[in-house]
Order: sequence, then structure tokens, then C-alpha cells
Amino acid sequence: MIENRPFLAFLTHLVLIVGVVVVAFPVYLAFIASTHGSGDFMRGLVPLLPGPHMIENYSYMFNVGLSTAGAPPLSIMLLNSLVMAISIAVGKIIISILSAYAIVYFKFPFRLLAFWTIFITLMLPVEVRIIPTFKVVSDLGMLNSYPGLIIPLIASATATFLFRQFFLTVPDELMEAARVDGAGPLKFFRDILLPLSRTNIAALFVILFIYGWVQYLWPLLVTTDSKYYTVVMGIKRLAATADAEPQWNFVMAAVMLAMLPPVLVVILMQRLFVKGLVETEK
Amino acid sequence: MQAKRTVFPNKILPYFLLLPQLAVTLIFFIWPALQAVKSSFEREDPFGFRTTFVWFENYRRLFIDPLYLSSVGKTAIFAFSVTLLSMSLSLILAVAVNRVLRTNRLYTTLLVWPYAVAPVVVGILWWFMFNPNIGIAPYLLRGLGISWNHRVDGVDAMILVIIAASWKQISYNFLFFVAGLQSVPNSLIEAAAIDGAGPFKRFWTIVFPLLAPTTFFLLIVNINYAMFDTFGIIDATTQGGPAQATNTLVYKVYSDGFIGLNIGSSSAQSVVLMIIVIALTAIQFRYVERRIQY
Repeated sequence: MIENRPFLAFLTHLVLIVGVVVVAFPVYLAFIASTHGSGDFMRGLVPLLPGPHMIENYSYMFNVGLSTAGAPPLSIMLLNSLVMAISIAVGKIIISILSAYAIVYFKFPFRLLAFWTIFITLMLPVEVRIIPTFKVVSDLGMLNSYPGLIIPLIASATATFLFRQFFLTVPDELMEAARVDGAGPLKFFRDILLPLSRTNIAALFVILFIYGWVQYLWPLLVTTDSKYYTVVMGIKRLAATADAEPQWNFVMAAVMLAMLPPVLVVILMQRLFVKGLVETEK
Repeated sequence: MQAKRTVFPNKILPYFLLLPQLAVTLIFFIWPALQAVKSSFEREDPFGFRTTFVWFENYRRLFIDPLYLSSVGKTAIFAFSVTLLSMSLSLILAVAVNRVLRTNRLYTTLLVWPYAVAPVVVGILWWFMFNPNIGIAPYLLRGLGISWNHRVDGVDAMILVIIAASWKQISYNFLFFVAGLQSVPNSLIEAAAIDGAGPFKRFWTIVFPLLAPTTFFLLIVNINYAMFDTFGIIDATTQGGPAQATNTLVYKVYSDGFIGLNIGSSSAQSVVLMIIVIALTAIQFRYVERRIQY
């Protein structure tokens, strides 16, 4: 701090506290709603203080779910989301680190073409090619299956770039020394490069886990069997019926449970999260 | 393109290493994109028996379709407002966090978690707050004499999706602004303070200009976000309504193609969007890589 201005310090904290409150308020309301009974949403205004039904709402949604909305219990949907998010994160990391290794440590015909092919995925988000991608997945018989949820999303240009950038900073002498000692490319990769990339892998995992968890459009397209619903898309179904018959307490219990895992990841692994976010975007 | 000075001599291995990534890219990215381009030049008869090649007919119809043109306008308003609102709030918060010393980690934690909330969940949270029957926002607005109903009023609906989308993006912009602010050299600020410049003058004449690269980068990222990553927010709140008031280009591709089953038009819209993404990515890589140097 350059000069001492008590009023400015006060203003700074005021701005931050207002910011924190504004950011947290919608979630606070959702949490409050999830602790009440269904009857509390008939009257003119949502309740603003916690009610007594928290445990019963959460355990009902977790174990039973709203069958009227055609959604399975949250335990199934949360498990599907977990499988999808972890597989996408691991899958993206594996195929990206392998392709970055090929591009940096080898010279071969069509190397540039391969690089540009991977680069192009940046420019083709699912949102702009919805129908033909759906058709490919459907032709391959991958609708309503875990591979259908996961594989089409695991190509990643950003992860490949991150690893490429990192490999370029690894001293050449390491590889030369390894070769002199008789290590082949696979041994060098496994015993030297992989351990060096540990922090990058962890940071990337945090970002990609969140990416996988919040996917909405893709699961919406490829799953019609409620066995494969992920929690983020299942919630939309709950909310659609909640508007007709007010069951906000159940919907919001589901919302809280759907938010919790990725938000916890961000809070508990804040350092890795910030590193991953800032570096993948460079 | 850069590679190592010395490389492994293997000629076949690199292809195997690249195989998984390239296979996924070709099957699930490039092939569908080519299909979209192809069917944007075709028209299916109503029963799907025959497709005929119609050149640019789908595009011609698209660009004289008042619904499409209105969607272009809505998307522009939406993207502009989200970018402006979210970036200015984040900048204020980032500058504030940069001023506090001991508590900045705590504030950062409390401000960044919305990054992990799924867009569709963001939509539901704000939809609940603005619910015309029981929501708290319409209740407060009624106290001010304003009646709120985003189910019938297009302007209300637009405001709702803008607020929800901006809320979600604050954490992202905040982190990048904080990183940008930390790279502003302290010596410059101290020199200005010695010359008698107050905190606000220092911000506008030194800090803000030095943040230009970050601001420009975020500008592109936010436009991209508002156009392509807000599908869930719109689907959970307004579904493009009322009367197309919040039907952004991405949402329209989905509703025309997947629900309305108008493949030709939807494909032409997809191709237009691809061109937009390609342009945005090109700008980002061309100008952001070459960071502005002082």
C-alpha cells in the first residue's frame, strides 16, 4: 500500500463484501428453499430463513427422486456425472499428452498437418454442429451409453497445447542424456517426462473435471434412457415440472447436490485450479 | 513449427501416439462439420425421401428471414451486454482485491467458485429468484412499482438471461484481471504517487492502460462465451422466448434443427456460426499471442 487512506480501505472492503454477497445470494436462496416443505412455496414470497425439512428433502431426492418428472434418484445421476467427468478428464489428458509428445519429440511427415487438425477442434464446439455429430454417434450405436457420453468430448486442443508448451521448456539435455544411457522413447516418456508433468496434469485435471461435470447439451442429446442421465441435465427435467406443481424444495435440494462436487474441487484445489485456468488459456 | 533440437529417430511410433486424438477429432469433429457444410447446400422433402442440391438457397432464405435477422440482433445485444457487465464488475472486484493484503486469498476463494456451476444450474438459480409468482426479485420490484414477468415481456426475459450469464462469468474475468494487475510494476505506481497522482488518477493513467492486453483477451473470450457457452442458461430460463426475444444464434440452431427438424436451414446456421468461431479464434491467436509490449 502506497499511502494510508482509511476511507479508501473501507470502500475497498465494502466493494468486496457486496461482491461476495451478490455472488453468493442466488445459492443462499436455493439452499434455504431446499430446507422447507412443499407447502411453503404456495404463498407470495420464497422463505428467506432455513426451514426444518433439510435432511428429509435431501435424502428423499438422493434415494428416491421425483418419478413424476421422469428422473431417477440423484444417487444414480451423481454417479453418472462422476463417471463422465472423470473419464473425460482422464481421457483428454491421456490423448493430449501422447499427441503433444509425438509433435515435440519426433520429426515425421505430416507433422504440421496433424498439429493443425488438432488445432481445428478449437473452432468446432458441439453447439455449432449439433445434428451431424448426433447422427454420427447414433450411426455408431453409441446413444444411451457411457462411451457415447464420453468419447466425442475427449479431443482437446487446449490440453495438447499446454503439454506442447511445457515439453518445449524441458531441457534438451535430459533427452540426450537418456538416449546416451540407452533409454528408448517410451522409457523416456514414462520415467522422465511423465513425472515432470505431474503438476501440469493435476492442474489440467481440475479444469477438465469441471468441464466434464457441467456438460449439458451433449448428455441432453445422446441420452433418452434415464439410466444414463447426468445430474446437470436431470435437474432441468425436474425444474420443468416444478413450475407446474411447486416442488421447489426438492428441485433446489437437487441443485445443491449437483453444484457441490465441482465447487468443492475449486475451493479445495484453488491453487491448481487457478494455474490450470490461466495456463490453458495462454 | 518448433520441435526439439534432437529428436527420437522412430518413424512409426509418432503416428501411434497421435492416433487416438486424431481418430476422435476426425470422427466426431471434422466429419460432422463437413456433413453440416454439405447439408447446408441441400434441401430435404418433408418426408425425408429425397434430398436435392440447392446451392445457396438455404443461405439466401436465411438472410432474408426476419426471425433469423432478429436473432442476430438479439445475440449482438446479449453478447455486448454480458461482456460489458461482467467485465466491469470483475475489474472493480479485481482492483479491490489487489488493494487488500491479508484477506485477499479469502476474498478470492469467495469470488471464484461460480466458475464451477453449470450454466443450466445458473439458469435455474436466477429463474427461481425472478420467478413471477414467488421470486424475491419481482417482489422487491413490485415494491418499487415495476411489474416483472419474463414469461410475457421480452425485455424482462433479455435482462434475466444477461444477468444470469454475467454472474457466471464474473469469476473467470476476475481471475484474469487479478493476474493482469499483479504484473503491473509497483515502481511505476510509486513514481506516480510521488508525483502527486491520487489512487483514481493512477488507475486511469497507468494501471488501466497497462491492462490493455488482458482486457482485449477477455473481450474476445467473453464474446465467445456469451455466444456459445450460454445454451444451458437460455434453455433453463426462457427457451428462447417469449416470442423469440432471447433466441440467440446457438439456441436457434438447436431449436430449428433438433426440435423443428429443419435440417437444411439449421445446417446453414451452423456453418455461419463456424465462420464466426473461426474468426474469433483467429483474432485471439493473431493478436493475443503478440502481446502488446511497453
